[in-house]
Amino acid sequence: MIFLDHLINGLSLGSIYAIIALGYTMVYGIAKMLNFAHGDVIMVGAYIAFCGLQYWGLPPVVAFLVAMVFCTLLGVTIEGLAYRPLRQATSLAVLITAIGMSYLLQNIALMIWGANPKAFPTTFINDTSLHLGQLNISSATLITIMANVVIMVTLTLFTSRTKLGKAMRCVSEDRGAAELMGINVNRTISLTFAIGSALAAIAGVLLCSSYPILQPTTGSMPGIKAFTAAVFGGIGSIPGAMLGGVLLGVIEIFGKAYISTELGDAIVFAVLIVVLLVKPAGLLGKPMREKV
Amino acid sequence: MKKLIALALALVLALTVCTAFADEPITLKIAHIGPTTGAAALYGLATQHGAEIAVDEINAAGGKYRIELINEDDEHNVEKVINAYNAALDAGAQMILGSTTSKPCEAAGAKGYEDRVFFLTPSASSVNVIEDKDNVFQVCFTDPNQGSASAEYIAEHKLGTKIAVIFNNADVYSTGIRDTFVQKCPELGLEIVSEETFTDETTDFTVQVGKAQEAGAEIVFLPMYYTPASLILKTAAAKNYKPIFFGVDGMDGILDVEGFDKSLAEGVMLLTPFVATSEDEKVKSFVAAYQAKFNETPIQFAADAYDGIYILAAAAEKAGITAEMTAEEACDLLIAAILDLSYEGITGSMTWDESGAVTKTPMAATIVNGVYVFED
Repeated sequence: MIFLDHLINGLSLGSIYAIIALGYTMVYGIAKMLNFAHGDVIMVGAYIAFCGLQYWGLPPVVAFLVAMVFCTLLGVTIEGLAYRPLRQATSLAVLITAIGMSYLLQNIALMIWGANPKAFPTTFINDTSLHLGQLNISSATLITIMANVVIMVTLTLFTSRTKLGKAMRCVSEDRGAAELMGINVNRTISLTFAIGSALAAIAGVLLCSSYPILQPTTGSMPGIKAFTAAVFGGIGSIPGAMLGGVLLGVIEIFGKAYISTELGDAIVFAVLIVVLLVKPAGLLGKPMREKV
Repeated sequence: MKKLIALALALVLALTVCTAFADEPITLKIAHIGPTTGAAALYGLATQHGAEIAVDEINAAGGKYRIELINEDDEHNVEKVINAYNAALDAGAQMILGSTTSKPCEAAGAKGYEDRVFFLTPSASSVNVIEDKDNVFQVCFTDPNQGSASAEYIAEHKLGTKIAVIFNNADVYSTGIRDTFVQKCPELGLEIVSEETFTDETTDFTVQVGKAQEAGAEIVFLPMYYTPASLILKTAAAKNYKPIFFGVDGMDGILDVEGFDKSLAEGVMLLTPFVATSEDEKVKSFVAAYQAKFNETPIQFAADAYDGIYILAAAAEKAGITAEMTAEEACDLLIAAILDLSYEGITGSMTWDESGAVTKTPMAATIVNGVYVFED
């Protein structure tokens, strides 16, 4: 019973990592860049949802949609202003810009909302729990796990069946060739950022519904863990991000529960190192052969 | 008649001399250093506001001293606190009320030890803050004292015997209290059934709370600040686990978190020397002044800083500090004076020993209907 309890907690934590990791992996797969500001877009999404509910008196669903729209616009703006001019620059320059963007977002949040932590309202997801014998499963946990599955299936269908999705895969495969085939690369990358940032808003609300403390640094640690999850599952692969995220969450909780709470994070990263030693492209990643 | 005129003249003379003195009070420059922005801003703003109330009162009363308060922000950061400290001295500070939190205070206090600057911290409670530094004194308890006092309180009031401890092993404040608490428990017949850790980045407490529940703990001891504590309370509520949660002074402030569901904190106990709802006259007038000026209820940190300013003023008077003295000249005089001082403030009656630690009796409050209430 205790084992099941830990497993469910692990799945819930892992599902949050997975949704965040999807954002990292999509952007990496298509734009070939690590968007380190992704974690902070999550934080902004959570703040907007918080404001919608607490200050503007919107119903939860509307507040949630406002947060999604805001994050989508924010993601597209960041891409257009900061990353697009660097399309031809070295990947290191883009990486540093992304880190700078992450700090910029954190500090703007600090200016607007202040440093005092805010308790995220539990009204987004009604705070009831399902009792199965001794097991208590909170509705936030259930919704998080379900949202994760729905998002993954939708994204997989989108990239494999729709025209825009196919365009994305083309850009991912070979940007130059895609351009020659008449695909608008810039618009495709913008679309990727839009989807990734909308996912960030969902992740923000889910993250803060499970762990209801909201401060300007809320997104950074989950962001790093989710990035790890994306690498773990094979960065660029959508099912890989999902698998990596869920596994990471479960390993973290089991590591804490059965080995030591002190070593929880160390265990997670040790597993990552082992996986990367054995399978450098990650669990579901495509091995890339570099021409020398 | 002549005698009478002489007497009257003498009286007038005496009065003018007196008023001359009263007109020119000595200006003391006291710097408050604390995190007024950043993660611990709630504490830094509370100490700053508490100090401001005391300064207003002292200046309005027009006694021997007039106090000029210099405010510096350290962002709860060990590097920034040194900048804040230097800025305070540049602005002419003669003594320092601060820093509010332990790690920055440790750093600034060590610098102050070399430079010979007197520190009185309202709320930095780590033992490292005062260790090996004769220039640093505390208004609040040191952490070891909070840990053992919590154990004593739990045993004395028979709150339960099976205790779980959850603490932040990346934080001196949390580990300091945990160490003495765990040390004290066996001799009082209290059993530690579960002990789990977390770090500053932890957001998921399901394992820590789950283990306490599994071990059947009746009391969960939470030596930590309120941010992780609020997550623990939420996790326990989701698991339908209802032990007594017992916190220390870092728990103070949990009710002020914006959007916090106060029902989660119902029945939470915390070791605190100050409760804003107290019937004590001095406390009442402080709370009224604070509410009038800042439109919020003061927390313990504010009360500590309020006492801190009065203690500094009393020590300065005893030491005969003048407006011209530099921080270096004032330091040793203030050290000698505070050791000799016994002060009756709103957080209890206090005396100090050479270690810099304060002696006062511990008290615990319970959160009932969203406010702190004293047990006895």
